[in-house]
Amino acid sequence: MGKRIAKEVSIAVAEAVKQCRVDVIAAYPITPQTHIVEHLSELVANGELDAEYITVESEHSAISACLGSVATGARTFTSTSAQGLALMHEILFITSALRLPVVMVVANRALSAPISIWNDHADIMAQRDVGWIQTFAENGQEAVDLVYHAFRVAEDRRVMFPAIVNIDGFTLSHMIEPIELPDQEQVDQYLPPFKPRYKLDPRKPISIGPVGIPEIYTEAKKAQDEAFKNAYRVIIKAWDEFEKIFGRRYRPVETYRMEDAEVALLIMGSLAETAMTAVDRMREAGKKVGLVRIRLWRPFPLRDFVRAVKGVKMLAVVDRALSPGATGGPVAVEVRSALYQVPGRPRVVSFIAGLGGRDVTVEDFEEMADKAYFYLKKKPKESYEMIGVKE
Amino acid sequence: MLKELAKFKGFSAKNLPKEEPFAPGHRACQGCGEVLALRLALKALGMNVIAVSATGCMEIISSPFPYTSWRVPWIHIAFENAAAVASGVEAALKALKRKGRFPKNRRVDVVAFAGDGGTADIGLQALSGALERGHDFVYICLDNEAYMNTGVQRSGCTPYGAMTTTSPPGEKSIGQMTWKKNVPAIAAAHGIPYVATATPAFFLDLMNKVKKAALVNGPAYVHIYSPCPTGWGSKGEDSIRLARLAVETRIFPLYEVIEGKYYITRKVTKPKPVEEYLKLQRRFRHLTEEHIREIQQRVDAEYERLLRLAECL
Amino acid sequence: MPKGKDTALMSWKEVPFGCYILEPGNSVKFKTGDWRSFRPVLDKEKCIKCGQCYIMCPEPAYEQDEEGYYIVNLTYCKGCGICASVCPKGAITMVIEEV
Ligand SMILES: Cc1ncc(C[n+]2csc(CCOP(=O)(O)OP(=O)(O)O)c2C)c(N)n1
Ligand code: SF4
Ligand code: SF4
Ligand code: SF4
Ligand SMILES: [Mg+2]
Repeated sequence: MGKRIAKEVSIAVAEAVKQCRVDVIAAYPITPQTHIVEHLSELVANGELDAEYITVESEHSAISACLGSVATGARTFTSTSAQGLALMHEILFITSALRLPVVMVVANRALSAPISIWNDHADIMAQRDVGWIQTFAENGQEAVDLVYHAFRVAEDRRVMFPAIVNIDGFTLSHMIEPIELPDQEQVDQYLPPFKPRYKLDPRKPISIGPVGIPEIYTEAKKAQDEAFKNAYRVIIKAWDEFEKIFGRRYRPVETYRMEDAEVALLIMGSLAETAMTAVDRMREAGKKVGLVRIRLWRPFPLRDFVRAVKGVKMLAVVDRALSPGATGGPVAVEVRSALYQVPGRPRVVSFIAGLGGRDVTVEDFEEMADKAYFYLKKKPKESYEMIGVKE
Repeated sequence: MLKELAKFKGFSAKNLPKEEPFAPGHRACQGCGEVLALRLALKALGMNVIAVSATGCMEIISSPFPYTSWRVPWIHIAFENAAAVASGVEAALKALKRKGRFPKNRRVDVVAFAGDGGTADIGLQALSGALERGHDFVYICLDNEAYMNTGVQRSGCTPYGAMTTTSPPGEKSIGQMTWKKNVPAIAAAHGIPYVATATPAFFLDLMNKVKKAALVNGPAYVHIYSPCPTGWGSKGEDSIRLARLAVETRIFPLYEVIEGKYYITRKVTKPKPVEEYLKLQRRFRHLTEEHIREIQQRVDAEYERLLRLAECL
Repeated sequence: MPKGKDTALMSWKEVPFGCYILEPGNSVKFKTGDWRSFRPVLDKEKCIKCGQCYIMCPEPAYEQDEEGYYIVNLTYCKGCGICASVCPKGAITMVIEEV
């Protein structure tokens, strides 16, 4: 077992990428992802990591180069945030449809305008439908562990889909936390060398990316979708295996004090600790509040989620992104729809909080839980509500 | 002269490679000069290549599922990123060779193909990045002087006066109002070892240049003039004639830029008037004598400029 | 009225991985010869076997026979007329295809 040492999360993530023995990195700097790619550059420059680092001229080219690289059979990593992720948008769909298992860490940040370097989830929520495996880390240890997991799952021959690990920009990426980096042998045991099903090689020519005429497009999409849904099983197995080797257990959905909860807060990402404190305080005050955290966002773990919220009367979804004019924040809309067919389902109230670096405090969570209780008696006027906004 | 090129004897009509890395059965229009340019370029490169295509005519006509005309490994991702995708392929090969996961001594040429739109316009940034980073790859622009795949819209490479669907002539317009963007000069400005222009009418010249581009270490750029009967309103059988006339009128001069030095590879001492070239194409039919004079002057001036570049160094 | 899916090339279960095409150059199975309205006809008397027709054919549709003549493969020839126009000896004539 490796030692637990205090490290900046971005540095630890870069170290984990190194331990995954990546062959190629193509990335373009953007706050708050920068420390990850700077550290990787350093590792390559001083020979600690034997990889090609392509200093591309944009994120669009970063992801494009990653596709070329994976297709040639190299393990490939990139990382970005916000505007950079938005610039990649077009290519993200192509990555998954062509089954090219790039792994990317997104240091989540608000989207412009107004331009903001601070944290929320607008960037990743705009990428909901790109067909990548998507997970959200709560803390530094989890961020690192999800990187190993992402490579292992993405490159699994039964999967072959790209994966994004989301870490909250600054509030997680720049934190100094005690993190245990496993020994290299353990990582090697967990992550076998990349052996793609097909690759670009003159010894066995294939054509990747042909025109999908109407007589095949639907079938191609169906095949992609089925394969993607099947990735779920491999994701779970890879976490089981992870537990065996590293001793830490991960599930698609985490719960906290949910046993008899009437009201549950639902979050993704690094706000969990604050939310747990709020739950503890409310429990002390006699309110039956619990917390649900979604770790695996795509493919959406429907069963795990439904099980996690069973018996709850009101689910208060805390979205970190705004979908203007929609019927709720993106996560709220998703779970409302997920629950619709469930008998005795909880009601869902949608809160938008923590935009562009606005703090979400224990008090804010308490306010949301209280509102959730209130809405049990009286229906909310609006389909979603912004929290922490000065009137 | 670059030492990588020292041993290269050049192709001749007698020793043409037999292999056709690009197969028939593709859907290019009758008499397509672009697919001919593509075919000849691949013939020069041979079978040990990995090819990247940008979206555009050549990608569409070569890969309607379940058929492919590519006998070499091929990947198409999007319109504006062929150079970036090729960067990734090249970097991967480098890493895999170094780590012993791809045979070290096996030569694989990485080549990116894009149209003039995919090169001069939407893909210029990715191209510039890849050239500047020094990847060992060949970038081939197949220039048919408009966005043909989407129905003949103007590009930065559309020549002055040409009619396209987004540069229609009218009371307030003569058609394309701007002069052709000089992409080879942009490529050369990156200080890369090899830049060349070519046309299928001079097929040996084309094949030799593409081969040289592959042989040099580092990035190489080849700009191939590619007649498009559909977009130009010319006869399919005239594609080679037009490609030859473009050179003979000095509209599309053939040259190389090796390590920054310009070499004219086909001097045109007695140029034909541009009109001979223009009149074979419907896209220029609306031009008046005055316009044609204007074009002639510009062509003369550009050729002078090129001569000076080739001489003073 | 048939259903939309009746036009599908194959079941989704049969779609190759990533919709890749695994057989290189299989477009040879697609016959472009029926696009043709003119056909190149060679006069062997005039031909000097220079190969211009073969090298300039965009398909390519020419193959060399044992005697060294370049023979058009009508499976692919689209009848563009380039070969006839580049032949230095005028050995190729385009004749109309009878239907
Ligand atoms: C981002 C993006 N914008 C626009 C298009 C539409 N599009 C596809 S090909 C093309 C034009 C291609 O022109 P060119 O590169 O000159 O190639 P050609 O078809 O002429 O060979 C356009 C506009 C696209 N596919 N992607
Ligand atoms: S439109 Fe022009 S470039 Fe495109 S296939 Fe037809 S002839 Fe060739
Ligand atoms: S171009 Fe004419 S002369 Fe030359 S090989 Fe073809 S048919 Fe014969
Ligand atoms: S007519 Fe055109 S397609 Fe047919 S053989 Fe001649 S050049 Fe090729
Ligand atoms: Mg074009």
